Amino acid sequence: MKIHEYQGKQIFQRYGLPIPKGIPCMTVDEVEKAAKKLIDETGNPVVVVKAQIHAGGRGKGGGVKVVKGGPAEAKKIASQILGMQLVTHQTGPAGQKVRRLYVEQGLDIARELYLGLVVDREKRRIALMASTEGGVEIEKVAEESPEKILTEHIDPAIGLGGFQARKLAFGLGIGKGAPKPKETIAEFVQVVTKLATMFEKEDCSLCEINPLVVTKDGHIIALDAKINFDDNAEGRHKEWAELMDKDEEDPVELEAKTTGLNYVSLDGDIGCLVNGAGLAMATMDIIQHAGGAPANFLDVGGGATKDQVTKAFKMILSSSKVKGIFVNIFGGIMKCDVIAEGVVAATKELGLKVPLVVRLEGTNVELGKEILRNSGLKIQAADNMLDGAKKIVAAVKAA
Amino acid sequence: MSVLVGKDTKVVIQGITGGAGSFHAAQCIAYGTQIVAGCTPNRGGETFEATGPGGKKVGVPVFDTVAESVKQTGADTSCIFVPALGAADSILEAIDAGIKLIVCITEGIPVVDMIRVRRVLETSNSRLIGPNCPGIITPGACKLGIMPGHIHLPGKYGVVSRSGTLTYEAVGQLTALGMGQSTCIGIGGDPVGGMDFIDCLKLYNDDPNTEGVIMIGEIGGNAEERAAAWIKANMKKPVAGFIAGTTAPPGKRMGHAGAIISGGKGTATDKIRALVAAGVKVAPSPAEMGTTLQSMLKG
Repeated sequence: MKIHEYQGKQIFQRYGLPIPKGIPCMTVDEVEKAAKKLIDETGNPVVVVKAQIHAGGRGKGGGVKVVKGGPAEAKKIASQILGMQLVTHQTGPAGQKVRRLYVEQGLDIARELYLGLVVDREKRRIALMASTEGGVEIEKVAEESPEKILTEHIDPAIGLGGFQARKLAFGLGIGKGAPKPKETIAEFVQVVTKLATMFEKEDCSLCEINPLVVTKDGHIIALDAKINFDDNAEGRHKEWAELMDKDEEDPVELEAKTTGLNYVSLDGDIGCLVNGAGLAMATMDIIQHAGGAPANFLDVGGGATKDQVTKAFKMILSSSKVKGIFVNIFGGIMKCDVIAEGVVAATKELGLKVPLVVRLEGTNVELGKEILRNSGLKIQAADNMLDGAKKIVAAVKAA
Repeated sequence: MSVLVGKDTKVVIQGITGGAGSFHAAQCIAYGTQIVAGCTPNRGGETFEATGPGGKKVGVPVFDTVAESVKQTGADTSCIFVPALGAADSILEAIDAGIKLIVCITEGIPVVDMIRVRRVLETSNSRLIGPNCPGIITPGACKLGIMPGHIHLPGKYGVVSRSGTLTYEAVGQLTALGMGQSTCIGIGGDPVGGMDFIDCLKLYNDDPNTEGVIMIGEIGGNAEERAAAWIKANMKKPVAGFIAGTTAPPGKRMGHAGAIISGGKGTATDKIRALVAAGVKVAPSPAEMGTTLQSMLKG
């Protein structure tokens, strides 16, 4: 699950991580008030108006503006950003509508660094990465100059060691140019140590501060906050529900999630309903292999009830872009009769206006096939998944 | 012959009294797996009733702890059907009780929990399969998990996979071709877990009864690429492969927690390229996994 920068910074604040003073705003009037408050409190006339969307690259896309002309100018800039379709390299060509803003105090920046924590799947550890190349895309740095990225792996038995934090601090030359280098280094050590604790306690899957700045007077401050949560940990984080921004989520994907299904929207016109994520991905692949285009990824999982299958099938039936449906089931935990009953129930309720191909195999397969046969619905049976893919692609082309 | 599990494997089912645990324990017992104990805290003293192959009645004693299960029954293998937020602790309990092979079916374990489990595993004598996996089966001898037993056929070919249902596809295809399976291992769909492709391929490589392997991967991480390097340097038997997710969009979690293309890394294309370079024949579609392995045996 993704959250906004301002929400990430609120979490940072709870852990004592240094952030600029900032105020989230939903209207341009709020921006004007916020700018005035920040200017008065800090004595610095500079504020930054930032679009709040989940995707990165907001600055380059024109969603982050430094304002030197006071609250009135901040309001004017805000009116340009609020409501805009912000296009970045991470949003896709349509971009994302900006509905929330964050107004922050301006800082006197001496250096911009990169700090990130991620799950290293190969080492099976949380990796803490730091680089002197702050403010740029880290993937680019990793590709072009990987020696500029310092990495420390966190041993879960000890947490982030003080010696590891110091390795990073001296490796980055944190104290260089600072008025009191020892103190700046100490601040950095505090920051990475707290960040490592936060990552684990908050069940993050990713945490990036890009840039982490060193100010001219030698303070370490997180200028950005990008936090992704591990969806698997939702059950022990009731507070995440409030942080979710529905406007950033695909509504069908969200509905599926609340029903307990895994659903991802794609661009094609052949809807899929499958049990098992690997088989669901393979079903998308084989539809393309057969000359068609999948409309979605949908894994009903092994424990799905008839109701969940019914809801899942309705989701596909309700989609206007779907011109044909392929149900591909190899039942292990999932029983073929449960699938069959769900398909029949959903179809009887909504009606079937597009071709439907069903391939059943595995647990209770004969019972499942019988339910479909007796339903009276126009369903094409497939012997295996290639046969099924070919049949649905042909049926959609013929329609 | 087989790898890891066989007729002598003695199993304790952790979570035997729950919905999933009870259903699948009954199915495994019916298949002929030696389930010698069940474990659910506070249900110790109960008996789990089931029916073995040929209609034989089986009564499995239930204990409060894995340690007690092992002490009373000599169980050496465990299969975990415990809900996600308690499952990591169940794995740790099994390690602590001296269980040699732990199979964790549970999906949804938080990744930081698994990172801790992994740390403990590294200095233990236990092996972990999973989590978020269908389990392991040596056809005709021991079914330990949720796979449909009836599609399997005892034989000489191994199947190792990150996906449960794609494993069934491969098995279905192999059985239809008369190519029985030695042992099928589901390593699971999570980003951090137990045995990976290399660990399983090593076992198949050393197993006199296994003559070829199907390896099924998917997007996310670099386990397949690392396996490819190992195969090139070490594997003495033919490996056919399939990678799911050629059509998966970047940045989206495709069901499995580990199936996500991040920062351009972990694409199906990259994995296929690495496997092909290592001499693995990659099936062009999921319907051709069996025939692809078959073609490697003839030529």
